Amino acid sequence: MSRLTVFGLLGLVIRRDLLLAMRRRADVLTTLIFFVMVVSLFPLGVGPEPDMLRKMAGGVLWVAALLSSMLSLPRMFSADHIDGTLEQMMLAPQSLTVMVLGKIVAHWMLSGLPLVLIAPVLGLQFDMPADAIGVLMLALLLGTPVLSMIGAVGAALTLGLRGGGVLVSLLVLPLTIPVLIFGAGAVEAVSGGMDAASNLSLLGAFLLFALVFSPFVAAQALRISME
Amino acid sequence: MQASPILEVIDLACERGDHRLFSGLSFTLSGGELMQVQGENGKGKTTLLRALCGFVQPVAGAVHWCGRNVEEWDEDFHAQTCYLGHLNAIKDELSALENLLLTAGLAGVQLSEKSALDALRRMGLRRKEHLPVRVLSQGQRRRVALSRLLVVDAALWILDEPLTALDVGAVDLMQELIGEHLSNGGMAIFTTHQPLHVAGIETRELLLS
Repeated sequence: MSRLTVFGLLGLVIRRDLLLAMRRRADVLTTLIFFVMVVSLFPLGVGPEPDMLRKMAGGVLWVAALLSSMLSLPRMFSADHIDGTLEQMMLAPQSLTVMVLGKIVAHWMLSGLPLVLIAPVLGLQFDMPADAIGVLMLALLLGTPVLSMIGAVGAALTLGLRGGGVLVSLLVLPLTIPVLIFGAGAVEAVSGGMDAASNLSLLGAFLLFALVFSPFVAAQALRISME
Repeated sequence: MQASPILEVIDLACERGDHRLFSGLSFTLSGGELMQVQGENGKGKTTLLRALCGFVQPVAGAVHWCGRNVEEWDEDFHAQTCYLGHLNAIKDELSALENLLLTAGLAGVQLSEKSALDALRRMGLRRKEHLPVRVLSQGQRRRVALSRLLVVDAALWILDEPLTALDVGAVDLMQELIGEHLSNGGMAIFTTHQPLHVAGIETRELLLS
């Protein structure tokens, strides 16, 4: 029996989750449409003054990104839990941590990456200058994977609980506050004529920190949830 | 596969909630042996099988594989077991073939498409290989799940109600498969409420009460 390498396994899990998502596209689209709708509601609610919109654009986009990433979190492990695939994953003679990392990466590609790609369009809607849009994309690129990683731990802990969907948001949202502060801060810094490097570096540090710890913690949480 | 694998259950006790399901349970199972776990509903049959897999932490006692505690074996023990639970662990959106290739991949087996097709055909799913599992019947889904046993080279089969939803032909096929597995030096422990007889093998019975 030949075992897969770490990267082979990672690739397998990512390919599998992407394939499943492609067979069920509605789930991916709902996240994206929710993001676009929430962002579009703000100009309607607070009025169309360009100065005010430009000022709040970064914060609004970030809050909307947080909320829409919560939308797909409960689904991260629940489908595999319900049909028994998760049991088989735990019994596999391979690292559960690597499999969880694969699921996190796939989750980000399906829920975080689309937000990063559509953010410039929404930024234009708020009349953001080009350099602020660039920093916004960069900040989202660094920040949204952190959301998926923290979310994975929450999703694993609330697996199989009744009302787990809402619970995971309550659990995860407070933990994502630092990402929100520094993500929105980066955009604000650029708009105010300052350098966004410090904010982006901190986001990068969060990303590395989460990358190291969250798959392992989520895997342990899954083991606890399965008992 | 180990020369002569042996599974020892030593003084095992399990609880569900605060309710003691069984205690002081000991048995040994070696290569070529078949054991059926019997007992009324709620007596802990599934819990016992899940404890063997490591999903359930026993309150007392231990499970040894080839003389070593399974907790020490960790992943190497899992490489030698194949567990089939109540849940089929297959995806409705994927075809039978994709399901088998993926579950085998997750179990660490790199499978060629041809051997996957062979396994599915052996399970009586000819011409169903590329259909989404969603359109298959319950019994056919169970067959997709069971085809995993054919491709994963595991010494210990842990089967929880493997015959659910299977027709007479498939039950015969299962008996044949278990027979082959045992004659290759493997072992199996299972629960079922249907009769299952493997030719030439005496089924050992474990009664939980």
